[in-house]
Amino acid sequence: MTWTEFGIVVLRVVLTFGLLMVLTIVNVWMERKLLADMQSRIGPNRAGPFGILQTVADGLKLFFKESITPRKVELAMYVLAPFLAVIPAFLIFMMVPWGAPFTIGGHEVVLQGADLNIGLLFILAMSSMAVYAVVLAGWSSGSKYPLIGGVRATAQAISYEAALGLSMVAVVMFTATQGEGGTLSLAEIVNRQAGTWGDVIPALEPILQFVPRWNIFPQIVAFVIFFVAIVAETNRAPFDLVEAEQEIVGGFHTEYSGMRFAMFFLAEYVNIFSMSAIGATLFLGGWNGPVFEGAVPGFVSAILPTVYFLLKTYAIVFLFFWIRATLPRLRYDQLMTLGWKRLIPGALGWLVLSTVVIAYRQFGPPWS
Amino acid sequence: MGIVNELWKGLKVTGGTMLRTMFGGSELVTTQFPKETRQKPQRFHGRHVLNRYPDGMEKCIGCELCAGACPADCIHVRGADNNPESPTSPGERYGYIYEINMLRCIFCGLCVEACPTEAITMTHLFEMSTTNREDAIYTRKELLMDPSGNVPHMFPDETIGDLSELESADGWMRATAPSGVAAYEGVKMWRDTAGERTWDPEPTQEDADRVSEYGEEGDG
Repeated sequence: MTWTEFGIVVLRVVLTFGLLMVLTIVNVWMERKLLADMQSRIGPNRAGPFGILQTVADGLKLFFKESITPRKVELAMYVLAPFLAVIPAFLIFMMVPWGAPFTIGGHEVVLQGADLNIGLLFILAMSSMAVYAVVLAGWSSGSKYPLIGGVRATAQAISYEAALGLSMVAVVMFTATQGEGGTLSLAEIVNRQAGTWGDVIPALEPILQFVPRWNIFPQIVAFVIFFVAIVAETNRAPFDLVEAEQEIVGGFHTEYSGMRFAMFFLAEYVNIFSMSAIGATLFLGGWNGPVFEGAVPGFVSAILPTVYFLLKTYAIVFLFFWIRATLPRLRYDQLMTLGWKRLIPGALGWLVLSTVVIAYRQFGPPWS
Repeated sequence: MGIVNELWKGLKVTGGTMLRTMFGGSELVTTQFPKETRQKPQRFHGRHVLNRYPDGMEKCIGCELCAGACPADCIHVRGADNNPESPTSPGERYGYIYEINMLRCIFCGLCVEACPTEAITMTHLFEMSTTNREDAIYTRKELLMDPSGNVPHMFPDETIGDLSELESADGWMRATAPSGVAAYEGVKMWRDTAGERTWDPEPTQEDADRVSEYGEEGDG
């Protein structure tokens, strides 16, 4: 590996990290602003134009606040938990390709933290890791409400991780039919969603040639299950039983303050964005979209894929906020019912159905 | 698909409100306080003021009934004999020391009810935040209006409130003084105060269109 290649790797990791940090600041502001609009309020409007610097101000405030350590905590775990929350959150986004690869001076730059060939598995592993942070934070706080929050997080994560994984499996299986062999690499999954559905059903080509080749169209049920599961994974309303301010104060982060609390907060918003980005990558074609090469200046063509990626991601992020403003929190048994009796059987059924369809299309009817 | 319908119904409400708020069609519930203020109720209990008669005499006679009535024990009054040559108040005595600790005050208005001479009344001003405890103790200097009827303020330059609210009296005074008899409703029954006042009587019950609710006779 030459120094140039090493530099490019560092550059793209730093770029991805920076993008995520900046967008997280924007996301927190955007959520507060949108929620305010949905509730006929104004929302943050003091710091900077339209209050956009509010998150920065809050972050700075938390940074300078004392991180109180209550007497009853298990110190090692208590200190470790915020890091366990932040690190997987960032690592998840490192897997997501957020722009088209381009070439500078003969070196190809991939706009992605790292292109693992087991990207999806890595994502699932990391999103499971994030649960440890919540559970350890709840347990090590030595206080009853965090403990309840932590226990809830365990059950919730296990229930919805299964549905999340199954909905992803359906996509992976479908992707395998779209090119040479199966893949778990997100970059490859994005590549296979380029183009349109024009050639699938010849009779409908005039219409289908305008429909982008996104996985959401054949895999709509998987998308719905995936979305519900990521809302539950990130502990967002209406699945925020882990935090549940009205019942268990703040759940797992009740005893945290200062920068340690800020890290949990950061992890939550990074998780929302990363999970939405994964949704956009798996189902909405990632950075694919018309770049009008030749018709517009070169740098516009280079930047458009990133714009498409952000638009698609923010569409899902907006769904998060919209749902939060609309739905009340589920009761614990309703959460479990939805997870185990609806989503998992639904995901399994959909998996079987798409398996049958894919097999039929590949091998014909079994009696032939 | 009942659940999807229900979900969609809810999403329509929040989404619709969002669009209306964004494009100015919906009324905001937020009042941007220092910039815009809300209409206060007529009987709003704001900070106190010590009144004078139109001839400039103080109404307070230093009887300490307000201090006795105060449930929060926040009023401190000491009377002193009037100088017969140049009396401060029409009575024998006047309020020589008059202090209200605004940090303790619960703005119940019992002092106003207790006052036999309508000396202490409440205004509509509530912006009284201070940066130190001593500033929250209002003395004669801050409470007493000057002979032309202007009410002083602890921080005349820094206030974010509307100082003209100091000129408007709490409606309780206007509604029930002096005896609370319903027959006097709509009739001005309190003594004049220094300065240009527009302390009209509160609307009568007929005006407020609440006659039928309480019957013709009232409770008087």
